[in-house]
Amino acid sequence: MNNPGTNRTIREAVQRNLARRHRRDRRLRRLGLAAILLGLGFLALMFASIATLAQDAFWQTRIQLQVTLDPQKIDPAGSRDPQRLRQADYGALLKQALRTRFPGVRKHRDKRRLYRLLSSGAAYELQALVLRHPERIGQTVTAWFTADDDVDFWFKHPRSAGTRLDEKQKHWLAQLREAGALARFFNLDFFRHGDSREPELAGIRGALMGSFYTILVTLGLSLPLGIAAAIYLEEFAPRNRWTDFIEVNINNLAAVPSIVFGLLGLAVFINFFGLPRSSPLVAGLVLTLMTLPTLIIAGRAALKSVPPSIREAALGVGASKMQTVFHHVLPLAMPGMLTGTIIGMAQALGETAPLLMIGMVAFIVDVPQGVLDPATVLPVQVYLWADSPERAFLERTAAAILVLLAFLVAMNLAAIRLRRRFERKW
Amino acid sequence: MTTTDTLDDPRQHARFLSAVDPETGDRDGAAAESTPPQTVGRPFLEKKVAIRTRDVDVFYGDKQALHQVSVDIGRNEVTAFIGPSGCGKSTFLRCLNRMNDTIEQCRVEGEILLDGEDIYAPGTDVVPLRARVGMVFQKPNPFPKSIYENVAYGARLHGLAAGRAELDELVERSLTRAGLWEEVKDRLQTPGTSLSGGQQQRLCIARAIAIEPEVILMDEPCSALDPIATARVEELIDELRRKYTIIMVTHSMQQAARISQRTAYFHLGRLVEVDKTDKIFTNPSHELTEAYITGRFG
Repeated sequence: MNNPGTNRTIREAVQRNLARRHRRDRRLRRLGLAAILLGLGFLALMFASIATLAQDAFWQTRIQLQVTLDPQKIDPAGSRDPQRLRQADYGALLKQALRTRFPGVRKHRDKRRLYRLLSSGAAYELQALVLRHPERIGQTVTAWFTADDDVDFWFKHPRSAGTRLDEKQKHWLAQLREAGALARFFNLDFFRHGDSREPELAGIRGALMGSFYTILVTLGLSLPLGIAAAIYLEEFAPRNRWTDFIEVNINNLAAVPSIVFGLLGLAVFINFFGLPRSSPLVAGLVLTLMTLPTLIIAGRAALKSVPPSIREAALGVGASKMQTVFHHVLPLAMPGMLTGTIIGMAQALGETAPLLMIGMVAFIVDVPQGVLDPATVLPVQVYLWADSPERAFLERTAAAILVLLAFLVAMNLAAIRLRRRFERKW
Repeated sequence: MTTTDTLDDPRQHARFLSAVDPETGDRDGAAAESTPPQTVGRPFLEKKVAIRTRDVDVFYGDKQALHQVSVDIGRNEVTAFIGPSGCGKSTFLRCLNRMNDTIEQCRVEGEILLDGEDIYAPGTDVVPLRARVGMVFQKPNPFPKSIYENVAYGARLHGLAAGRAELDELVERSLTRAGLWEEVKDRLQTPGTSLSGGQQQRLCIARAIAIEPEVILMDEPCSALDPIATARVEELIDELRRKYTIIMVTHSMQQAARISQRTAYFHLGRLVEVDKTDKIFTNPSHELTEAYITGRFG
């Protein structure tokens, strides 16, 4: 059997095969690399398109006006009572200022066109200014006021045809621009305001806080519940038909369309328990139901991956089952559990459909102050804005997506740091 | 064909089988008995008995893994369990501190007395039992914590040390007795997993003796170690014998011969022969024992 002749032919056959095997190896590697590059390319394309769209939303055009704070109109009684000051007609003062700025505008229709250059929010800005500095009543103040979204768009894209401004308005704006009374400012209001029908006034803060409270509730409920369920099923539950049944159901629940959980939340939490509609509490409960299966499955996998030798070691020195789990198994499984939590929370943060069912799609202007206030969340805000006809909502949609992504990245970084701490423990 | 190839030959194996289990019939006329064969040698002791077992049967589900094991384990002795893989020696060892409880399908019948108390009596708490019967495993399994914590853990659990100073002393004493103190005294806070395999196993022994057990069970404690580390652990076991009762499962017959006083030979779930180690290795009574120690199978 061991004669040299056969050996040589075997070696030749191996050689021939070897070349083919190496070729196949290289081809597979190149395919993998191409797949990764393609994926990265698409990702870059997506980010680039969102970022270019979104950048407009971070800048807001404002008009500089000299407003005479006529005491007769603001506070005829001279009481300087904030309650009185709040009720004054600041819109009229602004109109007055605009008429003063453009004395040539006489016709009623032209005046209305002129007034439309300012956002309806400008009156509130003037109100806030007066409330801050009541001593300036009677003086003429120079301040920047938010321009209408059409003005904003024209200023950012002067040659674009997509504006609703007419020639006269454009002419006035050109005058303002030449006088340096038209400029772009960083759009701080976008991060301070709640939602609005006026795109130039609409902000992300309401949705951001809504998402924050929702995730807080979700995390606070699903993490302890998920860990407890995973520990019980993996470490304590006897293997019988009941636990098999529970296991099958958990696995199936992970695959249930999320909107079903929304319907459940509507029926149980809102209609049966009477919890407030559109509230982060109900959203958190619904998302807890949705993420629990993910968390339990990840948690069980993490517990299963702890080597049995560690359990034996602990039991061998006389630790009880409970001590074994809490002193040794759980700390070792924690990084894996946190990975599952990251996945679950990311899923919860990006969820829209079930939250539509519990009323989060409502138009809510106020920034929620707690888990019981009506609120919306970032993905629903994206959905709402994307649905709005105004051109300026397009860029706000993109900006909201960026904020959502930033929220997600921040959350994941926090979880990764937490995981590092656990990993360092051993 | 050499004699060590015997296991590959089903007919040869069946012959050994039939010698133990009469139900398989007398294929070649050997040992056709009507009752299960009795353990030969000297399984029972008159005095200095640490553990006494009578008619222990172990089942995994429907499968019976141990049949009628009755043996006495002598105090302050090293008892070695030898036998081919799957013969039930580890299973029996794990019955002695009820580690088999963790296997759901496992059922133990018969009587196991530790100092006259039945450890399988209803209501027995396994926690104090395992404090009395410590265990060292096949693969070194230190906790992924510091060396100090590894040794101190059991003592903390059972509240054996009052205060830090006492605990420090206990850790030092245990590590010294395990022959590891000199090597690790400067790095007690480094992870136990950073030690070498032999050191890890001695750390596990230190962890086991830190809670002052009466009996230490060792499940092939040297199988994952190199010869030098093995020699150190064997030395250690020989020393520990003065204070503890040691039961050791081993695949190395040389090791059993070197450090044990009594040897038990298991075959296919039955305890075939128990006797003084010298007797087993020089003049075994049972033909299966002889076949095994002369290397004809296993």
